[in-house]
Amino acid sequence: MTYLITQTLNGLFSAALLFLIASGLTLAFGVMKIVNIAHGSFYMLGVYVASTVVLRTGSLFAGAVVAILVVAAVGFLMQRVFLRRFPADPLAQMMMTMGFALLFRDLALMIWGGDPFTLQYPGRLRESIEMGEVVFPSYRLFVIVVAALVGVGLWIVNEKTLIGARLRATVDDPEMASAIGINVARLSGVVFAVGAGLAAFGGVMGGPILGGYAGLDFDLLPLAFVVVIVGGMGSLKGALVGSIVVGMIDNFGKALVPELSYFTLFAPMMVVLALKPTGLYGRA
Amino acid sequence: MAGRDVARTVTARHVAVGAMALLLVAGPLFLGSYWIGLLTQIVILATLAMSLDILLGYTGLPSLGHAAFFGVAAYAVAVLSTTYRADFWTTVVAAVAIGTALAAACGLIVAHVRDVYFLMITLALGMVLWGLSYRWIPVTGGDNGISGIPTLDAHAGLPLSGPAAFYYVTLLVFLASAALMRTLVRSPFGLTLRGIRENEGRMRSLGFNTWLHCYLSFVIAGAFASVAGVMWAYYNGFVSPTYLDLTASSELFLMVTLGGPATLVGPVLGAGAIVLLKNVMSAYTARWLLILGIVYIVAILAAPRGIWNLGGRRSG
Repeated sequence: MTYLITQTLNGLFSAALLFLIASGLTLAFGVMKIVNIAHGSFYMLGVYVASTVVLRTGSLFAGAVVAILVVAAVGFLMQRVFLRRFPADPLAQMMMTMGFALLFRDLALMIWGGDPFTLQYPGRLRESIEMGEVVFPSYRLFVIVVAALVGVGLWIVNEKTLIGARLRATVDDPEMASAIGINVARLSGVVFAVGAGLAAFGGVMGGPILGGYAGLDFDLLPLAFVVVIVGGMGSLKGALVGSIVVGMIDNFGKALVPELSYFTLFAPMMVVLALKPTGLYGRA
Repeated sequence: MAGRDVARTVTARHVAVGAMALLLVAGPLFLGSYWIGLLTQIVILATLAMSLDILLGYTGLPSLGHAAFFGVAAYAVAVLSTTYRADFWTTVVAAVAIGTALAAACGLIVAHVRDVYFLMITLALGMVLWGLSYRWIPVTGGDNGISGIPTLDAHAGLPLSGPAAFYYVTLLVFLASAALMRTLVRSPFGLTLRGIRENEGRMRSLGFNTWLHCYLSFVIAGAFASVAGVMWAYYNGFVSPTYLDLTASSELFLMVTLGGPATLVGPVLGAGAIVLLKNVMSAYTARWLLILGIVYIVAILAAPRGIWNLGGRRSG
């Protein structure tokens, strides 16, 4: 029982990180129909930028703020300068992001070196919480709560504000949206930047536990893509449900059959694709 | 005016193909073993890139997991020839069969998916298979891969050995595969694939079973990728998870788009360009990934429809 609770909490922690990564991926996909291979790189850049800031200031909070701003700016420039030249060509966009993914990986290696590291735990979150027999690191709970707050924030923006309404309109029908005066190009830039910033935030949040290492970018990418495929491309609710499903399956899979990790993701993907090819909450 | 331009570029293309053929056939007679090795790599990867072209160029299904079938066939060669000590023909036939069977299984999942969704799902499938090769340590050796694959001449009992002999074997396989694929894309089946690429709805209303055509295209591409994987395993003498990772699949994608999709010749050019660039550049700099990243970006900006289509000819 204790084992089950601990593993469930670990699964929720993975789900929290996945949600931070996948929500940006799915929104960018919804608005721009872009398959962003560089999205894992944003996560990786987040950890690395934060590591530099934490080294100077000792504050994970400052690290998170700087990482989000820097990576969001990188994402914004990438979209405005390069990606928007190919508005209706998903293949060219994908290749472009692949190029950037390789570029970022090598630049990170150049700037920060190849040694693996972890970020410092912030303040008192280093300790564990004990409830009966269950001992759980309080930092993991903190990350779950933060991701939930981000989720609520995104939901409010998406459902209750004018920007959210424009966003939903663009996801539904970009041509129609631009015909009624929504600046789809600028919206795309903003969504892409926000997605990059969220991924970087995920990187910082995961930093004290998963840390940073060479190859981190492509380790998380498949998980994020499976989340988006299972949840439905372009749907925030889908990203949430998908994150929980994938986080749980990946975590229990790693604990029970470590040699088949990643492969366990095959099952949810197959089931969803067989029953609903557009994902749980996706629209065709 | 336009007609004369086309005539001139077509001639240039003939010259290019002639020069390429001459280099491929006569190259080993005067090149050193390092360059013969590069030619071998080019020929094997060209086979692989052409197989992706059937799917990406002719059928319009952009697969980002195509290296998986290549890698799985290479792994099959490694496991069969080392752990099970199978003889040459058993190894080769079984490896191609395993790669093809895997493509047939994956095809069932992806053949009804289109466009960007196809891209994303094949990416995920490819990564899942990569994860298997990386973590299923008892069979695949994990990150270390499997080494000790016998050389082709020793395993097959060829009278000749050495890089040039191996090169000519791969060249024969390449030419046979290229001839088969060329026949395929010019057959009524291949024309139907192009029809599906242009307008699937219309093809369906004409009575074609478009799902079946896409499925078969996927399986056939997987079969040729397996052939290339078998050659690659014998060429390197070892296998590792990098054969089927995302970088491999997208490099393959780059070969096809850089060379020119739906031409079959283009992907060969693309494979040649990437292999040469990779080996020559990594001799001078450790920043190869950086350069490759820039190549991606520049290639898409400068020649979005590929080198082979630069003259303005409509691809087939």
